[in-house]
Amino acid sequence: MHLSAENLPFRELNERVKAAPGEVQIDNCYGQPFVGSGCKDKSIIIYGTPGNALGAYLDGAEIVVHGNAQDAVGDTMNDGRIVIHGHAGDALGYAMRGGKIYVRGNAGYRTGIHMKQYQEKRPVIVVGGKVGSFLGEYLAGGLIVVLGLGVEEIPVGSFTGTGMHGGRIYIRTKQKLSGLPPQVTAEIASDAEMGEIMPFLAEFAGLFDLDLKQFAFDQYYVLKPNAKSPYKKLYTAH
Amino acid sequence: MKEGQIRIPAGCAIAAIFDKTGKRMSGEAIMRSVSVMHHRSNGLGGGFAAYGIYPEYKDFYALHVFYDHPAAKQNCEEFLEQHFEIISQANIPTREVREITDKPLIWRYFLTPLPSKLAENQIDEREYVASCVFKVNTYIDGAYIFSSGKNMGVFKAVGFPETVGRFYRLEEYEGYCFTAHGRYPTNTPGWWGGAHPFALLDYSVVHNGEISSYDTNRRAIEMYGYKCTLQTDSEVIAYIIDYFHRKIGLTFAEIAAVIAAPFWQIIEQMEPAERELHEYLRNVFAPMLITGPFSIIVGFTGGLVALNDRLKLRNLVVGEKDNLVYMASEEAAIRILEPNLTKVWSPSGGEPVVIRLDGGTA
Repeated sequence: MHLSAENLPFRELNERVKAAPGEVQIDNCYGQPFVGSGCKDKSIIIYGTPGNALGAYLDGAEIVVHGNAQDAVGDTMNDGRIVIHGHAGDALGYAMRGGKIYVRGNAGYRTGIHMKQYQEKRPVIVVGGKVGSFLGEYLAGGLIVVLGLGVEEIPVGSFTGTGMHGGRIYIRTKQKLSGLPPQVTAEIASDAEMGEIMPFLAEFAGLFDLDLKQFAFDQYYVLKPNAKSPYKKLYTAH
Repeated sequence: MKEGQIRIPAGCAIAAIFDKTGKRMSGEAIMRSVSVMHHRSNGLGGGFAAYGIYPEYKDFYALHVFYDHPAAKQNCEEFLEQHFEIISQANIPTREVREITDKPLIWRYFLTPLPSKLAENQIDEREYVASCVFKVNTYIDGAYIFSSGKNMGVFKAVGFPETVGRFYRLEEYEGYCFTAHGRYPTNTPGWWGGAHPFALLDYSVVHNGEISSYDTNRRAIEMYGYKCTLQTDSEVIAYIIDYFHRKIGLTFAEIAAVIAAPFWQIIEQMEPAERELHEYLRNVFAPMLITGPFSIIVGFTGGLVALNDRLKLRNLVVGEKDNLVYMASEEAAIRILEPNLTKVWSPSGGEPVVIRLDGGTA
């Protein structure tokens, strides 16, 4: 089913998307928030620029965006897959608890903030370009991979992993990673550790028609919570 | 009901368009842009700043004034006549819009300071105009000057921004720059004067966010003769910008280094010269640091600045195509006007984006 979203208020658009069985294609999407929120078994293909909280509380559906997405994509997402062919805004995968998000371009500040995992539920975010500051802040679980494709500098901003106490962050860069907070340890990823992310790198390459060999076997850092230095306050001297 | 009488715990939308060649466009486009973010406002305030709209009066200050009652108008006009030569005065044209109610009297004056008064006060022209604006807004009950620049104007009201634009017939104005705001008041009920933009002389500010440091900032700026009369936090930003840019002569990069200063731990990692500058600015102007979430767009004659708080707790996107620069809280509000941008990005927290007319040095 095709829907043109131009001039359609967000409530109406989202009711129509939810009522449509199977695959829905949305054209001319301009900023409607909450598209696909909470959807279980559905496939939503979007042309345009969907609004904030795209796929919030997503529970199994698949969303594909041909364009850029805005803030809070996959907020508290539980299951399913979100694929963004452009860039994503701030707070991508905020408090995500399951499912996968793949972004071909860059993502904003606070990517994967406070993601968590429980038993078989393990959320995954893969960003092709670079991300802003506070990547994986308060990370409690799950997996974040930043590929830095086409990025010369370190592809993450300041305060990466601040307050991190679970999960893993992988960063592909030739540069030496520095300036990380004491709650985080960073080492070059071992073969075994790379094995953990290889299926997701392969999926990323497949989704965006890239050659896996061009980026999967380079130097990656893996960031883990530092067991010796539990969470310390950041905001003492502001 | 006015600001300060009730607290409403509840976001906002900001947008701007700027033609770097100075070519004038109608107000239609900015209304379309901000309407995409309709759900970010709640109808309790909308407004626009427009630059380059009064070329026939470009050498005169354009005052836009709200009057609560006819006596306020009489008192204010008496004051204006004592201090200015008034070239033209008239109602600001509006159209009846069902959603806009309780409108005050809305007047526009083109005027210039009386030379004798200027000489007597021994202050420069802009300082003179600014001090007259504060006198009216503080001492004349029911009168509020909400726009006081040259060749620019602010248009604001209680309503959704696109409705406010129709109310003021914004499509009939042509300027090289427009900014817009849709309000979702977080602490106060919303009234005409409390709508954005907030302006002094040709500086205008639209703001999305909430200032945690408001009272510190207010006390600091009031020491330099400014008066916060509106009981809403955003007002103080306009005065801080005016103080730094007009009075002290700081650049916008320096202003950003004060109001959205980097954390000390980031400053420690800087190269010595840069570190020294940042330490200086933070130490000298400490009470002007604005904390809490914000994204702002500042308009001024010949330019535009966008800035996020240092933690980037609000969204802001900038897009470019040919001569045009677009800014908005959300990318969709830019894409609706120009789907094929050559460049689109989100500035980092505390990183000012400064746009000027080609060849402009303002």
